[in-house]
Amino acid sequence: MRQKKQLTKKEVSQVAKLAKLIIRSSEIKKFQKQLFQVLNYVAILKEVNTSGVEPTSQVTGLENVFREDEIGPSLTQEEALSGTKNKEKGMFKIKAIFN
Amino acid sequence: MNLAELTIEEAQEGFKKRRFSSVELVKSCLERIKKLDSKIHAFITVCEKEALEQAKEADKLIKQLNSRSLLGIPIAVKDIFCTKGIRTTAGSKVLENYAPVYDSTVVKKLKESGAVIIGKTNLDAWAHGSSGENSDFFPTKNPWNLEYVPGGSSSGSAAAVAADMAIGAIGSDTAGSIRLPASFCNLVGLKPTYGRVSRYGVVAMASSLDTMGSLTKRVKDAAIILKVIAGKDFYDSTTVEKKVPDYLKSLKKGIKGLKIGVPKEYFVEGMNSKVREKIEEAIKVLKTLGGKIFEVSLPHTKYAIAAYYIIQPSEVSSNLARYDGIRYGFPRDKFGDEAKRRIMIGTFALSSGYYEAYYLKAMQVRTLIKKDFEEVFKKVEILVAPVSPTPPFKLGEKTSDPLKMYLSDILTATANLAGIPSLAIPCGFVDNLPVGFQILGPHFSEEILFRVGYHYEEETFWYKEKPKIL
Repeated sequence: MRQKKQLTKKEVSQVAKLAKLIIRSSEIKKFQKQLFQVLNYVAILKEVNTSGVEPTSQVTGLENVFREDEIGPSLTQEEALSGTKNKEKGMFKIKAIFN
Repeated sequence: MNLAELTIEEAQEGFKKRRFSSVELVKSCLERIKKLDSKIHAFITVCEKEALEQAKEADKLIKQLNSRSLLGIPIAVKDIFCTKGIRTTAGSKVLENYAPVYDSTVVKKLKESGAVIIGKTNLDAWAHGSSGENSDFFPTKNPWNLEYVPGGSSSGSAAAVAADMAIGAIGSDTAGSIRLPASFCNLVGLKPTYGRVSRYGVVAMASSLDTMGSLTKRVKDAAIILKVIAGKDFYDSTTVEKKVPDYLKSLKKGIKGLKIGVPKEYFVEGMNSKVREKIEEAIKVLKTLGGKIFEVSLPHTKYAIAAYYIIQPSEVSSNLARYDGIRYGFPRDKFGDEAKRRIMIGTFALSSGYYEAYYLKAMQVRTLIKKDFEEVFKKVEILVAPVSPTPPFKLGEKTSDPLKMYLSDILTATANLAGIPSLAIPCGFVDNLPVGFQILGPHFSEEILFRVGYHYEEETFWYKEKPKIL
């Protein structure tokens, strides 16, 4: 796998950006090491012969669990808005997306 | 006798015979909380007012001979289950001020069965942990020795029941988060079959692995709770149609001739020798009860943790993406270190260029682990194994080494990967700290697990031991 002992600063920053996480510059080194340790450990899976093996994404075997396309009870607008103070005229208020 | 020391079954008997009321029982637990929780820190929220109101209502119904199964029984709920109008934090500062507008299905079913929700218990934030030390609020201590961890992530649920602050508790198990704290606290911990109990309204960790279950003082109590919380749920399409049996019916039928497998790979190198002794003694007891013991092999066991620590963080990175602080809760800068680690590992494993080598590979290994169990269950009916290679460890012992902490799950993650049920039972003490073993079975074999656990319990009585703190 990797010949080094930690991820690069760039790798950690990129992954943090994808996941919308803020990593302070004082923390980056710690995560470079810790993430590498885990990723290095899990690389043991390379030993396993998995040719022709179907991946398992769920263990119930259930498929196509549907319901009738009927409207049922839901949260009221008030309930839906009850978790935040940032709201106006029955809508959530967030930072602007467009300039 | 202090009412808080009762089991669910004993409390039910007491109500029936009019020896005491639900209000008295709940007050007894609340007194215990007041006396001990400043030392143990099992609870994030104690619902004193609501619990006493629920107990009053329960007493009215008890007088009318209402037979709801958990009527008047104080149950603690891991703070990862949504409770309408009651703060639900998932152990995280992100949700420190979050009060759900609905109940999780499990809580709804508990309420419908008459249970009294006494409080919300502490946990590793987002259920990320094996010791309770990753809670964003405070670590829970093990009632058996306050310098030791109670196990995690259902740390508060275990400590609450072990210290008689609740008669039973609900937890979640994604790689051992019920079974490990149960074993570290001398309790019975049930991880049901995946799909047996609804995950609706539970803060999701890894959706293909999360299982909802219980921590109780005795096996019968676990069976009583499972009957209440199991079943198909319209709101969780991964729950199965399969009928919920009466789990108490075949409890006392004995285990003569039962084929019991002991997987050699679970007796890992470096396992504590005293713990190994306890497990071997437990197996001997099962043999004297009539069980037929066979050594079996689950060859892919050593890859389970690696597969788990790819699959789980990947699913975590997806599930925790919803916490943006817009509709509720605080923004993402409030995530603790462990949450950040797991989100980043998952994001990495799923990212382009790495997906095949990590996530896809892990899912294939998962198939092999599942197949190992399927093969073994053709030869034996259940498996018996340790829960942890070590007894409870000291607070702070593993916190500086995330990988070391992850390896605590080495014997428990396999059941979640395969989706099979496992029942953790106390089997003694090592250096005055509790040790447990687990009974694993094929999908939906909870009845057999309870039967084995019950008879073992009736032979060994470990539940009679109580922590000195009480």
